[in-house]
Amino acid sequence: MADVKKIATRTGYGEALRELGELHEDVVVFDADLAGSTQTGVFGKAFPGRHFNCGIAEANMMAAAAGAASMGMVAFASSFAMFAAGRAYEQVRNSIGYTGLNVKIGASHGGISVGEDGASHQCLEDFALMRSIPGMVVMSPADTVEAKAMVKAAYEHQGPVYMRFGRSPVPVFHDEASFRFEIGRGEVMREGTDVAILANGLLVAEAVEAGKLLADRGISARIVNMATIKPLDGELVLRAAAECGKIVTCEEHSVVGGLGEAVCALLSEKRPTPVRRVGTPDVFGHSGPAAALLEEFGLCAANIARVAEEFVKE
Amino acid sequence: MTDNEKKALQITACKVRIGIIESTHAAKAGHPGGSLSAAELFTYLYFKELNVDPKNPKKWDRDRFVLSKGHCAPGLYAALALRGFFPWEDLKTLRHIGSYLQGHPDMKSIPGVDMSTGSLGQGISAACGMALAAKLQSNPCRVYALLGDGEIQEGQVWEAFMFAHHYKLDNLCAVVDNNGLQIDGPVDQVMNPYPIEDKLRAFGWEALTVDGHDFDALENAFAQARTVKGRPFAIVMKTVKGKGVGFMENQVGWHGKAPNDEQAGTALKELREALAGLEAE
Repeated sequence: MADVKKIATRTGYGEALRELGELHEDVVVFDADLAGSTQTGVFGKAFPGRHFNCGIAEANMMAAAAGAASMGMVAFASSFAMFAAGRAYEQVRNSIGYTGLNVKIGASHGGISVGEDGASHQCLEDFALMRSIPGMVVMSPADTVEAKAMVKAAYEHQGPVYMRFGRSPVPVFHDEASFRFEIGRGEVMREGTDVAILANGLLVAEAVEAGKLLADRGISARIVNMATIKPLDGELVLRAAAECGKIVTCEEHSVVGGLGEAVCALLSEKRPTPVRRVGTPDVFGHSGPAAALLEEFGLCAANIARVAEEFVKE
Repeated sequence: MTDNEKKALQITACKVRIGIIESTHAAKAGHPGGSLSAAELFTYLYFKELNVDPKNPKKWDRDRFVLSKGHCAPGLYAALALRGFFPWEDLKTLRHIGSYLQGHPDMKSIPGVDMSTGSLGQGISAACGMALAAKLQSNPCRVYALLGDGEIQEGQVWEAFMFAHHYKLDNLCAVVDNNGLQIDGPVDQVMNPYPIEDKLRAFGWEALTVDGHDFDALENAFAQARTVKGRPFAIVMKTVKGKGVGFMENQVGWHGKAPNDEQAGTALKELREALAGLEAE
């Protein structure tokens, strides 16, 4: 994918917000002094009267967004994943999750690819935290096209949504004109029968590359984009288990509590199937360039292909 | 306010207190102390101040009330029942399995409740979001929030106070129930929140300290709140925790404990005598 255009998924978030703002007067956006980074500033520039900077105060932001939603607004609230899902967890749980209000959390800078800022800002736990809230939709797009479509689907969805976007530019492989997004539906990127690789976020592009590497080695890998972590596309996972017999999950997240565990939970109860999880082990990250960190933690095509190959040959 | 009006409010407040005792007694749990201290406030809001309609509890321009100190639900529920949002008899189902009267306010199940609360500090933020949205929607409603004096130890409350001033939320009125006690003891011994009014002023609010058991004082404060433009208004309400039930007054132990059969009997006797006295006057 060397020649492919690369754009960060947070860019799609900002663009989608602006487009939603043009169409719908009920869209309001809250940010916590990171509007330039999260890209809500794009909306703010177009609609300054509906963009509310809350300052560095995520707890208040989340509950204020809930209050606005209770008045019939569709409230988007943004910060880095670390602070949106981490610091404000309990506000999200009680004021947004428990109430079921129409708040859409747009969390940028998720995962290890935050890079140089180091462990304090590398949120590897947000899927786990948000998945644990009843009724919360949890998603992570693979590219900016999917991000845009996801944000629009989140607007249409009634109830709370958590979306994680990335800081780093990632390959754009969806075609904006033809792409259709549906919450809770996985997307088969490549058919295969020896092993199914389920990925989300920036690891979808890596998984697709891994699929090519595996094909060169005579292994038929099914590659699936699991952009929605909750509700999980159980039908697709079970079919992959039945037809491929082995599952590899890939996420820019701790192996604790994310897509991997969601898939394992489903399979262990419905159709016991061997699984390997690619993710960060149960450790904190550290500073470094995004690409180097992704490679170090095995969040790259070469490692996914290695894990899958060893798994198939077992 | 006329003497008759005041008398009617005093009678209603007494009934709110009876509801608090009956419901927490039936639940064998709950928070009578801080509910009793705010009985006049609940009464004033639902019988004088708020534009609400029990027959149309979701009407778009209703005034919003957020019980940020959500544990004082028994007081709110009693006022809502008296105002006609749901049957008085249902108060005895408080905290029971299957009851819609949850231990803390639940907007999804309880008519008249506009925000689910209970986790301290969040209600005032939600009220800020409501006030902000009301301005965007040109909704003439006003937004009210009741906080505890222990609750304002939460940092989020001050984030919200900053926000309300920053966005000039003059349609927002916050009330702090300064009954002076929290679970672990007197507020100034647990974590001194004073001076409350000065701090609110320093955060850009217009603020006033009043006797929270005096309906004339409440009327004056809420009237003043409506006249202030360009900034939010706070009422620091001096109250007695457990007010109206002699053995509960100013007792830390009655923060979160329900009266047993004997205690409930004693409390209800006192309140019914007070009620009879008011009605006989």
